[in-house]
Amino acid sequence: MAFESLAERLQGTMDRMKGRGKVNEDDVKDMMREVRLALLEADVNFKVVKQFVKDVRERAVGQEVMESLTPGQQVIKVVNEELTKLMGGEQVKINTASRPPTVVMMVGLQGAGKTTTTGKLALHLRKKHNRKPLMAAADIYRPAAIDQLETLGKQLDMPVFSMGNQVNPVEIATKAVEQAKEDNHDYVIVDTAGRLHVDDNLMDELDQIKAAVNPDEVLLVVDAMTGQDAVNVAETFHERLGITGIVMTKLDGDTRGGAAISVKAVTGQPIKFAGMGEKTDALEPFHPERMASRILGMGDMLTLIEKAQSSVDEEKAKELERKMRTNELTFDDFLEQLSQVKSMGPLDEVLKMMPGANKMKGMKNLQVDDKQIAHIEAIVRSMTKAERDDPSLLNASRKRRIAKGSGRNIQEVNRLIKQFEDMKKMMKQMSGMQKGKKKGGGMKLPFM
Amino acid sequence: MSFFKKLKDKLSTQTDSVTEKFRGGLTKTRESFVGAMNELMMEYRTVDEEFFEELEDVLIAADVGVNTVMELTDELREEALRQNIKKPKDLQPLISEKLAQLLIKSEEETSLNMQPDGELTVFLFVGVNGVGKTTTIGKMAHQLKAEGKKVMLAAGDTFRAGAIEQLEEWGKRSGVDVIKQQAGSDPAAVMYDAVQSAKSKGADVLLCDTAGRLQNKVNLMNELEKVKRVLTREIPSAPHEVLLVLDATTGQNALSQAKTFGEATDVTGIILTKLDGTAKGGIVMAIRNDLDIPVKYVGLGEGLDDLQKFDPDQYVHGLFADVIEEAE
Repeated sequence: MAFESLAERLQGTMDRMKGRGKVNEDDVKDMMREVRLALLEADVNFKVVKQFVKDVRERAVGQEVMESLTPGQQVIKVVNEELTKLMGGEQVKINTASRPPTVVMMVGLQGAGKTTTTGKLALHLRKKHNRKPLMAAADIYRPAAIDQLETLGKQLDMPVFSMGNQVNPVEIATKAVEQAKEDNHDYVIVDTAGRLHVDDNLMDELDQIKAAVNPDEVLLVVDAMTGQDAVNVAETFHERLGITGIVMTKLDGDTRGGAAISVKAVTGQPIKFAGMGEKTDALEPFHPERMASRILGMGDMLTLIEKAQSSVDEEKAKELERKMRTNELTFDDFLEQLSQVKSMGPLDEVLKMMPGANKMKGMKNLQVDDKQIAHIEAIVRSMTKAERDDPSLLNASRKRRIAKGSGRNIQEVNRLIKQFEDMKKMMKQMSGMQKGKKKGGGMKLPFM
Repeated sequence: MSFFKKLKDKLSTQTDSVTEKFRGGLTKTRESFVGAMNELMMEYRTVDEEFFEELEDVLIAADVGVNTVMELTDELREEALRQNIKKPKDLQPLISEKLAQLLIKSEEETSLNMQPDGELTVFLFVGVNGVGKTTTIGKMAHQLKAEGKKVMLAAGDTFRAGAIEQLEEWGKRSGVDVIKQQAGSDPAAVMYDAVQSAKSKGADVLLCDTAGRLQNKVNLMNELEKVKRVLTREIPSAPHEVLLVLDATTGQNALSQAKTFGEATDVTGIILTKLDGTAKGGIVMAIRNDLDIPVKYVGLGEGLDDLQKFDPDQYVHGLFADVIEEAE
């Protein structure tokens, strides 16, 4: 699509300056235009962009950029820092009431993902914080919204408080909190109906719910794909209700998510969580610095490293590294590596987080299918132990057997063997460079 | 203002209620968009570079999209130079006209592809999560039924919790049958069942719901292709429409959605929902400019009748109602 990363955009300006070494004010102006367009394309609100570009320009015109030998990178650095600052700098945790239960109210437009997020948040609280949440179904308007929460409750084995759709939401919320006290729940998450921020009647209802249950946390759920209007939505909800935090949803899509900047900028409230997928455990604490990189199209190395660290077995990684150095890599190691990478999450997401991944030739439109990985596994598993240890054994008849055994065709088997040999060669070259570094054994991706 | 005069004449042949719906539904858009435009006209005395930059901002604020906006303002810069336009007020009709042309650029068919009487018409609804697919189907079922058609619904969203119940509720409200299987079952199998059932019961229209999916999920997009294949296998000409449902509040990602869903399922039309918020719906212009998929329906409110056939003339009129009245 038309989304170019800021780095790519600035490259054009850089190319024009080649040979001159330093930049002048016109160059800075050009670069700021690129910054502006990059942010606008990422759906950051234009007013927010205006102020932002002004701030960055001031820093850029100063020594930092003009004196630098790598002005392009300096600009990106400055932009990245300022963006992170704008988004609040650090990760903020969910509020907890001094006297339980903590009441959390979920609000937002229709289709933002409130009900799904309610379920995810409840699971997050139970799994990561060892809490005992109660979910309250106060969306009496959308057909089957209560069913949806109840189904989620069943899936998660999480209690849901509901009174059907004939009862006033204010009463539902009030009773839910009473119920929570009785049953010793330490969190109550109230799922409210989606509504347009311009709908006065429904906004009044939220006021009333808030007044009745006095929530410790009012979370505005925002679809990460929201365009320029995100500002108006966030402003209105904040004015009416005084939101205390934001949840960005659908961040696992390919949107840049500039709305995150906009809502943070106009409300001043922290983004606390990010919805990262359809599964009920796909809710993550929001990290502003990582979001800044994403908006700029720079990848999300930190999350990648974190995922790698949490899923890679140190011992195995060391062993693998030794094998790579000595070129003893076998198909078994290959399988092992595959399963490690797989445990980091869906591949396309893992790849997206790699800086520069979008710059590699062909990578931009690369679609990694998790099924392909399953195919590769099937092929390797159809080999005998001897074949896995020594791929040179693989003659035509063995290959045919493997193809039959794995249900793939012979071309695929050939391709895999070739890839494996290529990888071994590459690893041998790389291992020379890697000697100094002890860590990072799990970072090589075998399928690339 | 001859352009708007023509538009007005054209609309005078249509019923007032439709015009009112569009006017009403687009009130917020008009107020903020045209308001900003008027402010711009008053603030600047001459048409200069600063004026154009500000104009770019106004358009971008309506989600028209950077590419489309840049093309548009470049054309306007040229035009201003050519016609020697110095005052912003003299440029205004030109701006409105250019925008309107973007929407009405071709006389393509915005009506739905219905099969002749006695044959089953199948529509497939696709889109990302939370755009309003199920609600749109509910409303369309209601309207088609009111027109005297025998309508059936296929509960193809077997993934999201409560999705089947939601469609059933809509079925109950409009009194139409819903073909479903258990949650978690194969959506393609549901479609197969639904087509068989619709055929044997002699239904006129089958509306097929699917689970919302983000367009970058390859597996889910493959699943959608399969769903479509099953429909085509059962009825070679089906689906007669593949309708992409887009949320009007979506920003530039809508382009990516239209493109990817288009590639996977040959989208034949777009339904733009939630236009009654303050969303500017400018993304319609970006889509029309960058991709050739017509907008067929728009959601202008929560009521059953607020799902309206997209009428570019009405849309432009809704957007520029104030300008048009002033021009008289």
